[in-house]
Amino acid sequence: MTSNFFHPALVMILGACILPFIKDPFRKPYLVLVPLLAFLDVLYLSVHPGTYGIVHFMQWKLTFGRVDTLSMVFGFIMALMAIIGTIYGLHVKDDWQHIAAWFYVAGSLGVIYCADYLVLFLFWEMMAFASTFLVWFNKDEGALAAGYRYLLIHTFGGIVLLLGFLLRYQATGDLSFVLLDVHHPQLYTWLIMIGLMLNAAVPPLHSWLPDAYSKATVPGAVFMCAFTTKTAVYTLIRSCAGFEILIVLGVIMAIYGIVYAAMENDIRKLLGWEIISQVGYMVTGIGIGSSLAINGAVAHAFAHILYKGLLFMGTGSVVYMTGKNKFTELGGLYKKMPKTLLYTVIGGISVSAFPFFSGFVTKSMIIAASFEEHMYTAGFLLSLVAAGTFLVAGLRLPYLLFFSEERGSEETYEKASDPPWNMQVAMLIASFFCLLIGTYLPFLYDMLPNKGVEFNPYTATHMSETLQIIAFTALAFFLFRKKIGAEATISLDMDWFYRMGGRAFFWLAKNPLQWADTAWGAAYRVVGLYTLMTTAKFWSWFDWHGIDGVVDGTARCVRAIGRRTAIVFQRGQIQQTIYYTVSFAAIVLFIYVWL
Amino acid sequence: MIVQLIDYLKARLRLVKLYCYIGIGIIVIWSLMVDTHHAHTWVEKVVPVFWGIFGFLASVVIIFFAYWLGKSGIKTREDYYDK
Repeated sequence: MTSNFFHPALVMILGACILPFIKDPFRKPYLVLVPLLAFLDVLYLSVHPGTYGIVHFMQWKLTFGRVDTLSMVFGFIMALMAIIGTIYGLHVKDDWQHIAAWFYVAGSLGVIYCADYLVLFLFWEMMAFASTFLVWFNKDEGALAAGYRYLLIHTFGGIVLLLGFLLRYQATGDLSFVLLDVHHPQLYTWLIMIGLMLNAAVPPLHSWLPDAYSKATVPGAVFMCAFTTKTAVYTLIRSCAGFEILIVLGVIMAIYGIVYAAMENDIRKLLGWEIISQVGYMVTGIGIGSSLAINGAVAHAFAHILYKGLLFMGTGSVVYMTGKNKFTELGGLYKKMPKTLLYTVIGGISVSAFPFFSGFVTKSMIIAASFEEHMYTAGFLLSLVAAGTFLVAGLRLPYLLFFSEERGSEETYEKASDPPWNMQVAMLIASFFCLLIGTYLPFLYDMLPNKGVEFNPYTATHMSETLQIIAFTALAFFLFRKKIGAEATISLDMDWFYRMGGRAFFWLAKNPLQWADTAWGAAYRVVGLYTLMTTAKFWSWFDWHGIDGVVDGTARCVRAIGRRTAIVFQRGQIQQTIYYTVSFAAIVLFIYVWL
Repeated sequence: MIVQLIDYLKARLRLVKLYCYIGIGIIVIWSLMVDTHHAHTWVEKVVPVFWGIFGFLASVVIIFFAYWLGKSGIKTREDYYDK
């Protein structure tokens, strides 16, 4: 390894490993220090672009540190969000939650700086496993099952990705993580794209997102909303820019998300749907593939992480303080949570592309790029979703949550108040950046990967367009708001197929298969087992008393050790078993790679 | 402070509405004065307040499509998966 390169992911991993040994009063400063160090590391790398961390592993050359304009901007925002997210969760006493979140961030940073598919896959799976724990740590009903669904879906996506890059390796002998030949797609191109798309929540592979994010812990959801989908956006920019099918999928995604968000009753699920919709813009931009479109996708991902994080922090504060997460059990909270209202509204108008807020200077790049490339259908449909975004995140969410009538119990309103100071500080930082991006253009525009692309969002035409859309969307909401009011329902989606499919499989296993197994077992017991057991008993007696007793007692010793191990490691909780297995595998891999 | 402001505005809803309509009016008048020669499509050049009309129709389409989709059976009882 190059001496002056220290991987930011390693900062997070080492920080996470040391965390359990840090006690109060040093614990909170330490919690802020670690992501801050990772952020400084990212800043240091941005002024030293190049390729670092090359490791030879068997016959492959693995690259851990490709620092170029694209990885710099994504590294910057991910590390920044890690600081904000950690501050937001500073009050959490459980070290494991911080460790899971930091491993998750490390996975994301690892993917961003890697330059080949093997390293990508390693960190990709690290992200999937670590983030699953952010769902499992939530003790609410349904979180455990949602975590399993999340993990299974991501394991499936990981396998498709693995299959894709292995086929590519077989065909070309190349593992490097670079732009694929999207104009002559092979089977492996599709498989890689599908694997990456699953993490970007492109329909029909999207249901995991609202499902898991609404069930995660409050700070966990803040991390999750930033890292998985936007890391996937980064990988799609790297490998599939200009793949035209992404335009169609992106536009479908944008519309799909916003329609479901308009129907949703769970506040964090609504934001989950909104992520799908906003990532749709980025996916469209990647599909268009022009310099402006790619810059737009990157800029929008950057802005999105901050305002969506802010929205998840605002709604998370409501969930944390009241214990409720549905519109039908909330409403009229402005009296109790005025500061939360303010921050949520800032997030809401940032995503709705109000002038002087972040969405305004980023979303418009993608829409402008589609018009410039004469893709009018895409341009108009994305503009339609822009109106829908304001409708849902800028109007429906704050209105049903903070205004409108009080639909909750008295107890809910007794509990409601603005959240602890650390959560407010995190929201303040995110709000500041939302404003900074919208008002001081060079901050973000100078970081974008394609240099020399002229774009000025503050023209009279664009301002007028945006204000017209905003004004008339507000009017439409005012007139028809009852149609998308709060209703105690859930919305059926693609997850119906695997939830019901799983149930069918369970029935099959329980009834016909179980019956056959029982019948076979009975027959076997009568015919074969009796004879076998008698012989086996004799040999067992002979082995234990005859051989082990006479020779050295090894069997007794092994059995005693086995029993002790089982008491510590095998408590019958599969999450723990998975955790031990994965940690062990990760440690072995790291030792192998670095030593 | 935020609470007082909201309560103050809530007590004068009619006035707030009036100001909102005036705001929309100003935006409409301004949009008529903005030069649309460099617009991407001809509709933006020909139709006055095009994006206002577009935004309104877009919202109506989304609201009623979501409403219709919900009524068509996509929205279902909360314990649907628990039975």
